[in-house]
Order: sequence, then C-alpha cells, then structure tokens
Amino acid sequence: MSALLASTQTLPDLIVFIVGALMILAGALGVIAWRNPVHSALSLVLTLFGIAVLFIEQGADFLAAVQIIVYAGAIVVLFLFVIMFLGVDKTENIRQEPLAGQRFLAVLLVVVVVGSIIALGSEAHWVGGAQSTVEKLGLYDNVTALGRAVFTDYLFAFEATAALLIIAVVGAVVLARRSGTATSDEELPTLELEDVDEEEVL
Amino acid sequence: MSIPSSWYLILSAVLFGIGAFGLLVRRNVLVMFMCIELMLNAANLAFVTFSRSLNDIGGQADVFFVLVVAAAEVVVGLGIVVAIFRRRSNAIVDDLSSMKG
Repeated sequence: MSALLASTQTLPDLIVFIVGALMILAGALGVIAWRNPVHSALSLVLTLFGIAVLFIEQGADFLAAVQIIVYAGAIVVLFLFVIMFLGVDKTENIRQEPLAGQRFLAVLLVVVVVGSIIALGSEAHWVGGAQSTVEKLGLYDNVTALGRAVFTDYLFAFEATAALLIIAVVGAVVLARRSGTATSDEELPTLELEDVDEEEVL
Repeated sequence: MSIPSSWYLILSAVLFGIGAFGLLVRRNVLVMFMCIELMLNAANLAFVTFSRSLNDIGGQADVFFVLVVAAAEVVVGLGIVVAIFRRRSNAIVDDLSSMKG
C-alpha cells in the first residue's frame, strides 16, 4: 500500500479516484439498503455519477458523457417513472429475512466470488496478446478513436445493436399496451354469458 | 492517469459484489433491476480500466455496446414489470410463484 502510494501518481489523480470511489460505494450501499425504491433509484444516480468520474479520470471522455446521458438521464428516469406510475413506493420490510439464513448464504457467496475475482486477477498476467489489434489510445482523441473502432472493426456489432434496440422498443410497446389481444381474450367469455342474451334479444 | 489499474479493478469487484448481494437479498423487483445495473456498471469500469492499461480502444467500444444492451434490457424488463402489475398489486418476487410446479 505504501509502495503504491509512493509511486508516481500525482495528488489530484488520487483525490479524484478517492472521491469517485466513495461516490460509487456510498451509492451502491444506498441502493441495497434504502427501504424505499425511490431512494434506491436516487442512490443509483450517485453511483452512476461516480462511474462517470472514474471514466473521465481514465480518459474515456465520450463514455462518461454517454454514461450521464443514457444512465442518469434515461434509465433512472425510466425507473422513477415506473415507480411513480405503479405507485410502488411502499417501504419494504428489510428487517426480517423471508428465508432463514438467506443473508448469511448471500454474504458467503459474495465473499467467495469477489475474493476469487481478486485472487485470479492478482495472479493473472495481463498482456494483451497481439497488442492493440484495434486501435491504440494515443493516436487520436477519445471520440475519434472510439468512432473509428465502432464504425470499422465493430460495425457488425453496431448494426446488431440497432436491430436489438428496434426489437426492444417493439417488445416494450407490446408488453405495456393496455388493450392487447390477451385482455380481449379474457373478456370474451363474460360477454357471451351475461351481456349477449339480454341486449341482443331486444 | 497514474492510479494503478489494480485499484480500479478491486473497486469494480467490490461494486459487483454489492450488486450481487442486493440481487440475492432484496425482494422488490425494481430494486433487483437496479442491482443488475450496479453489476453492469462494475463490468463497464473493469472494461475501461483494461482499455487504459492495455492501450486498446476495444474495451471502450465494448462498454458502448454494454450500454446499449443495458438500455434495451431495462426497457423490456420494466415493460414486463408493468404487465405483471396489471394482474397483481405488488412488486414482491416471492408472490410471483404461479409457475411453480
């Protein structure tokens, strides 16, 4: 730890990293600890801003902007809209656990998973194989480099995401539509049994 | 830009662990979705860290696609939640057991 501290990083980078890490961890703990889903969503915003701060610290400027616009601007607003729309901002009773021993097993599993991730990561030799098959970072600025990568080497994946977004939009419309075929099928038997014989005969 | 990559990776692993714990413990469907978003963001942070340490833009391109997939996932997932709410009036996953054998 002291060796890391004594290495070459400058003080502003360290401060930015610590502030971003505290934002991320406080927001994440808030998401799982608040009893009200609205408060959880607002804590999620704090975590997403912290992630954006660390993106900027690592030079991923475009992704930081997209992170704010897409996540904090669209996804969290969608969460809050659904919470308000459905009126589910009731508090959940966190004190009692529904299954006996569930929290202990969850803690155990998470400790094993995170510990093995860190252990494997510290053992691994992170070399990129054929270094930088796509694009080196320093040649262009961030947006140019990312655009060149997305529209050349990742073009097929980019087209696939376009198709995925269309499918998701159509699926969401079908799922959320109120007068779908599923509801009309359910109302059909009551129409036949009750309403028809009184009104139609007259 | 001189913070060691291992710090970012440890932070990413811890964030992933918090999200996984919340997903396992919480009962509200919407909060569980938010925990999935936490885990996706942990993966994004690790992608960007490897992109910096390996000097390759590919990691950042992957984060771009993860963002798109996360947006699509949230849209479809919240559509399913709204559809479930038509039938029943709470968001507790323990009550959604009608497919139990």
